[in-house]
Amino acid sequence: MNSGAPLHPIPGIFSPVSAPAEAIRDLSWLVIGISAGILLAVAAILFWCVVRFRARPGDDREPPQIYGSNQIELAWTLVPALIVLVLFLATARTIYDVQAMVPPPGALQATVVGHQWWWEIRYPELGIVTANEMHVPVSDAAERRPTFLTLESADVVHSFWVPQLAGKTDVIPARSNHTWVEPTETGTFLGQCAEFCGTQHANMLLRVVVDTPGDFAAWVAAQKQPEARDPAVAAGRAIFESTSCVNCHALGGTGAHGTFGPDLTHLMSRETIAAGAAPNTREKLRGWIVDPHAIKPGALMPAMKLLDAEVEQLTTFLLTLR
Amino acid sequence: MAVLGQSIDTVRTGEGESLPLAARLHEWVVTVDHKRLGLMYIASALVFFLVAGSMAALMRIQLAVPLNGFLGPNTFNRLMTMHGTTMVFFVGMPMFFGFANYLVPLQIGARDLAFPRLNAFGFWMFLFGGLLLYFSFLGAEGLYGAGSAPDVGWFAYAPLTSRAFSRGNSTDYWILGILLSGVGSTATAINLVTTILTMRCPGMTLRRMPLFVWIMLVDAALVLFILSPLAAAQVMLLFDRFLGAHFFDTQAGGSAVLWQHFFWFFGHPEVYVLILPAFAIASEIIPVFSRKPLFGYPVMVAATVCIGFISMGVWAHHMFTVGLDPATNTFFAASTMAIAVPTGIKIFNWLGTMWGGRIRFRVPMLWCTAFLLEFVIAGLTGVMLAVVPFDWQLSDTYFVVAHFHFVLIGGLLFNLFAAIYFWFPKATGRMLDERLGRLHFFWFVLGFNLTFLPMHVPGLLGMPRRIYTYQPGRGWEIWNMVTTLGVAVQVIGLLFFLWNVVSSLRAGAPAGDDPWDAWTLEWATTSPPPEYNFESVPTVHSRRPLWDLKHPDDPDGRWE
Repeated sequence: MNSGAPLHPIPGIFSPVSAPAEAIRDLSWLVIGISAGILLAVAAILFWCVVRFRARPGDDREPPQIYGSNQIELAWTLVPALIVLVLFLATARTIYDVQAMVPPPGALQATVVGHQWWWEIRYPELGIVTANEMHVPVSDAAERRPTFLTLESADVVHSFWVPQLAGKTDVIPARSNHTWVEPTETGTFLGQCAEFCGTQHANMLLRVVVDTPGDFAAWVAAQKQPEARDPAVAAGRAIFESTSCVNCHALGGTGAHGTFGPDLTHLMSRETIAAGAAPNTREKLRGWIVDPHAIKPGALMPAMKLLDAEVEQLTTFLLTLR
Repeated sequence: MAVLGQSIDTVRTGEGESLPLAARLHEWVVTVDHKRLGLMYIASALVFFLVAGSMAALMRIQLAVPLNGFLGPNTFNRLMTMHGTTMVFFVGMPMFFGFANYLVPLQIGARDLAFPRLNAFGFWMFLFGGLLLYFSFLGAEGLYGAGSAPDVGWFAYAPLTSRAFSRGNSTDYWILGILLSGVGSTATAINLVTTILTMRCPGMTLRRMPLFVWIMLVDAALVLFILSPLAAAQVMLLFDRFLGAHFFDTQAGGSAVLWQHFFWFFGHPEVYVLILPAFAIASEIIPVFSRKPLFGYPVMVAATVCIGFISMGVWAHHMFTVGLDPATNTFFAASTMAIAVPTGIKIFNWLGTMWGGRIRFRVPMLWCTAFLLEFVIAGLTGVMLAVVPFDWQLSDTYFVVAHFHFVLIGGLLFNLFAAIYFWFPKATGRMLDERLGRLHFFWFVLGFNLTFLPMHVPGLLGMPRRIYTYQPGRGWEIWNMVTTLGVAVQVIGLLFFLWNVVSSLRAGAPAGDDPWDAWTLEWATTSPPPEYNFESVPTVHSRRPLWDLKHPDDPDGRWE
């Protein structure tokens, strides 16, 4: 587990740790450099006009009436056109570099499904389903390990965005989109839904944990473990199985195969609940069961209206789902 | 110098003042006069502006600190939708129609628009469309919180607008309010195009038309081309919502991306519909205060027409993140960058107009000068967004929000303020106060930059737009706090503006017919102009008829 790994100090688009984000960063600096040059030039001309050509008090004469000049017009049409051409060529090259990337054999494949308002993450080849926290292996020059993502939506348009790993790609219902990441540093990288998707768009957070190959293999092995079965929490388990929890959540080894909410089989392997809206602690988990809307107003999970004792037993049970 | 408007006093005697309030209001309601309708457009737009601006202030209070509990998600989402929808459809558009209505007939030497009654129809459709949209606050669910106002964002992406995800009638209010006002806008656009093409005074060839009128012509034509696709898309959405159609219903084979194409085919040219009047205003004011004719008039006309055409071929740059294929992305990158060239030409020509002039920095010119700098920033961030891979990072973040507020405030609103200071004397006969105007300018420009320059940064640090709250620790706090403080400074500027308007209406210095020593025909009649504008239809011989009159020894016609 990488839960103790520090976040990147300035988690923005200018501190990329993944191939596509790095390509974008390099192009961005070119564009920003050219733009800054143009801004300075225009500001200097404007400043000069303001200082040099302002009317002096008492001087009411009309200045020479100049109507235009074709040579000058030609100059300030061609020069910007050339600058734009340079930008366009650099842009086109990076578009194809990023979008036309073909998965190398053996690359990890994952499917990300956007829901109102959480992320379902599936690794079809590994048989793993998790939520809101995606694990991927780190890539290095000796052995490249990019991860290719297929993006799908269960309801409305969302957008998958982890700024340090890649630009955003929309997650659109009835359509499969594709993106890829190739992280070169381990750690936890934050992202979130970037297309307005309804009430709780703000709390549709996403974490990507980049593991060393060893850690990643260990995580995969842990996720493939069958569900924990602790006889001490049988009461809580019975509550889960006998209430409407099962309509929306899946839990290995039970009759729960719901798909509206996150798979809970390995709930306690995740750092947060409610798509990052709260840390995954006993306190918050209990609060979430009692009233999800106190933590995330508008969340689609209803308050379960259980007795206090039942909530306690249910929470205790959930805490065993490692 | 009432060169063409003398003897008006005899006609005006006894009008207005003595009538009771109800009769005067009645006159405004039944009027078909382009000047009164223009002023009503502008006044309604100002009211909508204050309402939607207050919404922005509420949202900024909510975002000042992380995990703030000032507004809940539902209220925030409704305010954000209403703010955007109002500013685009009920502030920007009516400002265009207001200034076009007031000034186009005066500048081309006509007595009114071609279809005065259609003009009144257009205005009332716009106004009642806006009121219908705002009735949604009361509408289906009654008045609590932000009531049942629309909450799907101003571009209302499918399928969030489908029955399954948007219950109640808020989305229907959004559709119908815009649809109705769109009918009015189409009518007024037809009216403007017809007027400009058929009602110019003798001597005013297309090559002699003020650039303001040229730009209004292109703008009105653009409205005609783009509003009907939006109306069609909105009717399709109504079919989806009420008749069981599946155009945008993804669960029955409809397409979410189709809505985006339809919407942005309207939505991007719409940005130019909003910004072109700003160009028109700057092209009038900068020459007058620089004391020189507009530099490169024919090139400015060509650049305007170019912008009009190219603006209809760039819409998918709002969709670089939807997973279009690389060839499509590359095409729209090229077209979007291409539009920067004619826009840049305009900036250079305005600078060329100032160059070598004797610039009088009265309040209108202050706004236009600030506009030049702010708009260059807006244009350059726009080019950054056209760089597709960069856009993959920037799209739908606060960087974009900062970018288009630079366009719409630094670009459009600054020029609208300039226009109000410039033409207020013509419309009311009284000058706005210069000292209050400078205070307004100073505080508002300061507040604007304090709000929107820092707003670029959280976008670069990963903050998406349209979130009602955020968690601490991502480096966003300081930028959001400064942004919110900037709003308070803008409010100070606006208070000076409102005070200026109210006090100058009552007791401003008399303006006279031509307070700025300007050159176009509206300054040749009285302030305010009579209902029929000109006693006798003027004849012009150049682009600056009043220059010719004032300088008979050196008329423009010799050089154009």
